[in-house]
Amino acid sequence: MAGEMRGPGRPQPTLIERLGDERVRAVLFQVLVAGAVLALVWYLVHNTLANLARQEIATGFGFLDRPSNFAIGDTLVDYSAADSYGRAFLVGILNTLRVALIGIVLTTMLGTVIGIARLSPNWLVARLAAVYVDTVRNIPLLLQLFIWYSVITESFPHPRQAYQPLPGVFVSKRGLMFPVPEAHPGWTAALIALGIAVVAVIALAVWAKRRQDASGARFPVATTGAGLLLGLPLIAYLAFGAPTAFDVPALRGFNFRGGLTITPELTALLLGLVIYTAGFIAEIVRSGILAVSRGQSEAGLSLGLSRGLVLRLIVLPQALRIIIPPLTGQYLNLTKNSSLAVAIGYPDVVSVLNTTINQTGQAIEGVLMIMGVYLSISLSIAIFMNWYNAHVALVER
Amino acid sequence: MTDPTPTDTAPPPPAGTLGPLAWLRANLFSSWFNGLLTVLILWGLVELIPPLVHWLVIDSVWGPADPQTCRLADGACWAFIHEKYRLILFGTYPYDDQWRPLLAVMIIVALLAASCDPRTWCRLILPMWAIGIALVLVLMFGGVFGLAYVENTRWGGLPVTLLLSVVGLAAAFPVAILLALGRRSDLPVVKALSVVYIEMIRGVPLISLLFMSSVMLPLFLPTGVTIDKLLRAQIAMIMFASAYLAEVIRGGLQGLDNGQYEAADSLGLGYWQKVRLVILPQALAMVIPPIVNTFIAFFKDTSLVLIIGIFDLMTAAKAALTDMYWRGFYKEAYLFVAVFYFCFCFFMSKYSKWLEARTARGVRR
Amino acid sequence: MTKQVLGAAAAAFALALAAPAAYAGETFDAVKAKGFVQCGVNTGLPGFGTPDSNGVWTGLDVDFCRAIAAAVFGDTDAVKFTPLSAQQRFTALQSGEIDVLLRNTTWTVTRDTSLGLNFAPVTFYDGQGFMVTTALGVSSAYELDGATVCVQPGTTTELNLADFFRANGMSFEPVVIEKLDEVVGAFVSGRCDVYTTDASGLAGTRSTFPNPGDYLVLPELVSKEPLGPVVRHGDDQWFDVVKWVVFATIQAEEKGITQANVDETLESTDPVVQRLLGTNPGMGEALGLPDDFAYQIIKLVGNYGEIFARTVGPDTPLGLERGLNALWTDGGLMYSPPFR
Repeated sequence: MAGEMRGPGRPQPTLIERLGDERVRAVLFQVLVAGAVLALVWYLVHNTLANLARQEIATGFGFLDRPSNFAIGDTLVDYSAADSYGRAFLVGILNTLRVALIGIVLTTMLGTVIGIARLSPNWLVARLAAVYVDTVRNIPLLLQLFIWYSVITESFPHPRQAYQPLPGVFVSKRGLMFPVPEAHPGWTAALIALGIAVVAVIALAVWAKRRQDASGARFPVATTGAGLLLGLPLIAYLAFGAPTAFDVPALRGFNFRGGLTITPELTALLLGLVIYTAGFIAEIVRSGILAVSRGQSEAGLSLGLSRGLVLRLIVLPQALRIIIPPLTGQYLNLTKNSSLAVAIGYPDVVSVLNTTINQTGQAIEGVLMIMGVYLSISLSIAIFMNWYNAHVALVER
Repeated sequence: MTDPTPTDTAPPPPAGTLGPLAWLRANLFSSWFNGLLTVLILWGLVELIPPLVHWLVIDSVWGPADPQTCRLADGACWAFIHEKYRLILFGTYPYDDQWRPLLAVMIIVALLAASCDPRTWCRLILPMWAIGIALVLVLMFGGVFGLAYVENTRWGGLPVTLLLSVVGLAAAFPVAILLALGRRSDLPVVKALSVVYIEMIRGVPLISLLFMSSVMLPLFLPTGVTIDKLLRAQIAMIMFASAYLAEVIRGGLQGLDNGQYEAADSLGLGYWQKVRLVILPQALAMVIPPIVNTFIAFFKDTSLVLIIGIFDLMTAAKAALTDMYWRGFYKEAYLFVAVFYFCFCFFMSKYSKWLEARTARGVRR
Repeated sequence: MTKQVLGAAAAAFALALAAPAAYAGETFDAVKAKGFVQCGVNTGLPGFGTPDSNGVWTGLDVDFCRAIAAAVFGDTDAVKFTPLSAQQRFTALQSGEIDVLLRNTTWTVTRDTSLGLNFAPVTFYDGQGFMVTTALGVSSAYELDGATVCVQPGTTTELNLADFFRANGMSFEPVVIEKLDEVVGAFVSGRCDVYTTDASGLAGTRSTFPNPGDYLVLPELVSKEPLGPVVRHGDDQWFDVVKWVVFATIQAEEKGITQANVDETLESTDPVVQRLLGTNPGMGEALGLPDDFAYQIIKLVGNYGEIFARTVGPDTPLGLERGLNALWTDGGLMYSPPFR
C-alpha cells in the first residue's frame, strides 16, 4: 500500500493540510494514536491499581511460593496438596502440553486419512468422509466434549462391573486402566536403546538419501530401519535380564489401583479435540491434494508407479507445501481449544489457574498467566512450523 | 469439460461403461481393496442404522409422559424435550411472555435470511439491521408499549446465543476494518499497535478473554461504574471476533490489485476517501465467503460463554439436565441442541460455498 | 475525515485524563442514592439462594438480602439479585458490581484480609460433610481411603478435603468440576464415589433427588464453615448496617418478637425491646438508618428463627435442625451484642 498519506495538492485548504507535508501529518497522527492508546492503558491500569489499593487486595506473584492446599486428579509429575501454587501451575502446563501433543499427532493421522478418503474413487468411502466432515465441523466443540464426557460417565459400567476387553485391561466410568511394566533396569535400557535406534535410523535415512542423490544406488532404509527399531531395544531388554513383572490394575476398595489410568476427562477431551480438528484438517489435506495438478499424478502413473507410490512420492510432497500453513493454524486452534478442559474437569493449565484465582482471589495475575502460557505456546508452534515450512520449501529445486 | 456431450456421429461407448452395474464397478468395486472397503462399510451401516432408527423413532417415547415411562422404554425420551423445550429455547424468561423471545428469534433469522441475498448488500443492509436489532432489544427488554420490563439476567437460550453472535459480529466489523487498515499501514506506530492487538488476541484462547471480561474487567473500571454481566461477555466476544475478522479483511486488502491504489491516488483522493470509495468496497466484496466462515466459527464459539455462566442455548440445555427427576436424558438434550447448531452452521457453510462459486464465476467472466 | 478521527482521538484523550478523578461515593450513600441493594447470591443452591419457577428468589441468604433492604428502605423488594459463581463472587464485590455478598461464603483469614473484604456476623454455622450412595456400603468418612471424590474448585471445601485426607493418612482422587449442577451430575452418574460440600448443601442437593433414600450423608463434619454476609473494605458505616441487620434478627428471636406479634410488641415496656423496635429512638440514627429499621425487618422478613424455619428448617425439603444455629440461650452460637 504505497503512499498511504499521499495525495495533497487538492485546493481544499483544511486545517490538517495547512500543517504542511504528509510526513508531519503522519507523525502527528501517529503521536495522537499512540497517545490515545497509552492514555487508555494508563486509565485502565490507574483504575485497577486504585481499586486494588483502596480495598487492600493483595497483588503480585508472591502466592506462587505458598502451599496450594488443593489436590489435582491427574498429574504427570509428583504433586500433592502440600506443594506450592507454582508447582500446581507447572502440573497444569504439563497437562496442557500432554493433551496438545497427543491431540496434534492423532488428529493429523485421522485428518489425513479422512482427507484422502474424501477423494477416494470408492463412492461410499467418499460420501461417508464428507458426512463426517460436515457433521463434526458444524457442531460446537464444547457440545461434542460434553457428549463424549456424558457417554463415558453415564454409559460405561461402574468399576466393580468394569469391562475387561483384554486380560489386565479395564474400562469403566473411572477411565481406561491397563498394566504397565514394573520399574526395572531392563525397561530403562530398552527405552534408551529405542532412543538410540531412532537417531540411528534418521542418520541412516539422511545418508542413504545423499548416496542415492550422488550415485543413484538405493539402500533398503525401511527394512534396515525397522530392524534397528525393533532389534536394538530387544537386545537391550534381553541383556538386562528380561523382566516380566507387570503392574496390573486390580480392584481394591473403591477403585482400581496400580497400572496406568487414562481418566475419562482426558479421554473425552482427546476424543473431542481429535475428532473435531480432524474435520478441518481433512478439508486442508483434500484441497492441498486437489491443488496438485492432475498431470503430476498422471505422469507418475504413466511411469508405472502404483497409486500409493504416486500419492507418497509425487502428490503428497507437493501438497505438503500448500497444506502446512493452514495446518499450523489448526494445530494452534487445537492447543487453544484444549482450554475447554475446564468445562469437563480435566486439570489443564486453565483449570488449575482458575482454581488458583478462586483460592487466592488474584484474578489479574491468574488471567495474565493463562494468556502468557498460551501466547508462548502459540509462538513456539508458529516458529517451529515456519522453520519446517522453510525446510520443506527448500527441498524444491 | 471432462464430459463432452456425445453427438449422433460419435461411436457408441465401449460395452460395460454405462448403466447401474458399470457405475457400481467404477465407484464401488474398482479394485479388490475398494471392494473390500465397500463390503465393510455396507456391513457397518447395516449393523448401525436399524438400531439407530429404532432408538430415534420406533422405540422412543413421544409427547407428554413421565420420566418412569421413559426409563422403561428402549428408545429415546422425546417426552423430556417436550417437557423442557421452553426452558432450553428461552431459559428463565417469564413463561407467559415467551412469545417475545420467539418473535425476536424470528426477526433475527429473517434478517439473516434477507442478508443472504446479495441484492440487499448495497444500501439496505445497514438500516435493515439497525432497525431489526433495535426491535429485538425492545422485545426482549420491554418496558415500553405495555410490555413488562424483563431484566437481561432472565434472558436465556436461543435468543441469547443469536444476539451474542450477531451483535458481536456487527460490532466487531468496524473495529476489524480499522485493524486491517492499520496492519497494512505505512505508519509504524499504527501498524505495530494493530499487529500486537491482532496477534495477542489470536494467540490466546477465547476462554481467557471471557475470564478477563468476567473477573478482571470490573476492576478496570472506576469504583461505582459497573458493566452488566451479559454486556461484559459481549465485549469479550467483540474483541475476539475483531482480531479474526481483521485478518480476513486484510486478506481482501492484499488481494486487491495495486493498480487500484495507484488509480485512487492519481485521482487525488485523500486516504480515507480512497479507502471508503475505492478500496473497501472491492476488498470486502472479495472476502464475503471467508467472513461467512468466520461467522460460523464465531457462532459455535458463543457456546463458550457457558463457562462464565451466561445463559445461552448450551447452558440452557445443561440447566434442563439438572432436573433430578429427568436425570440422564443427556443424549436427547444434546441431540436437540446439536440440531439447532448444526442446521444453522450447515446452512451457512453451504451458503458460503455458493457465494465462493458465484464470486469465482464473476472473476472468470 | 481525518479531522473527525483526530478530534475523536483528542476527545478520548481528554476524557481519559479527566475520568479517574471522578470518585464514586461510599457504598452506603450509593445504595441510598440508587434506591435498592444489589445483592450477590448463589446461582441456585436450594435453601440458601435459588430462583423458584416464577423467577422469585428464595432462601436463607436471599432473606438476609431482603432484611437489609427492609432496614434501609422499609421495602423487601428494594433489592436486586446478581447470581454469581464461586469464581465471580469476590471480584463482583471488590469491583462494586454488588453491594453485599450473601452466597454461602465461608469466613477465613485470607478472605478477610488479602481479598480486601469484611465479614459480617455469621448467619449460618455449617461444616463440611460427605455424601455417598448407600450401595457403596460405607458408614464413616474414615472408611473413604482411595475413593474418588467430586468437589467444586475454588471453595474452602476443596482445601478442607485435601486437609482431611492428609491428616488421616488416606489417599483420594479428586474430580474437580466448577459448576454445581455438573459436579452433582458427575456424582450421581457414578463418576465419583463421594460428593463433598457443606453439610447444608449436601442436604439441599439430596432433597432434589427423586430417590433420596439411595444416598447417605456421612455423620462426620470435617471442617468449620461459618457462612455470612460479606462487604468490601472502604465503607465502615455500610459494614455496620449489615452487621446490625443480622444482629437485629437474632435479638428479635431472643426477645420472642415474631412477624405475627411485632405490632403488639410495639406497646412493650421492656426497654431492650423499645430500643430495638425504635419506640425508644436512637439506635437507628446511630447506624444512619430509620429508627424503626428493626421493626421493618421483623415485620417484613421475620426474626432469625422464622427465616431459618422457612428456608432450611425441619419442615423444608432440607430438613435441617437448628444445632449450632440455635440461640445461645438454647445451647447454640447465635448471639447478638446488646442493642444499647
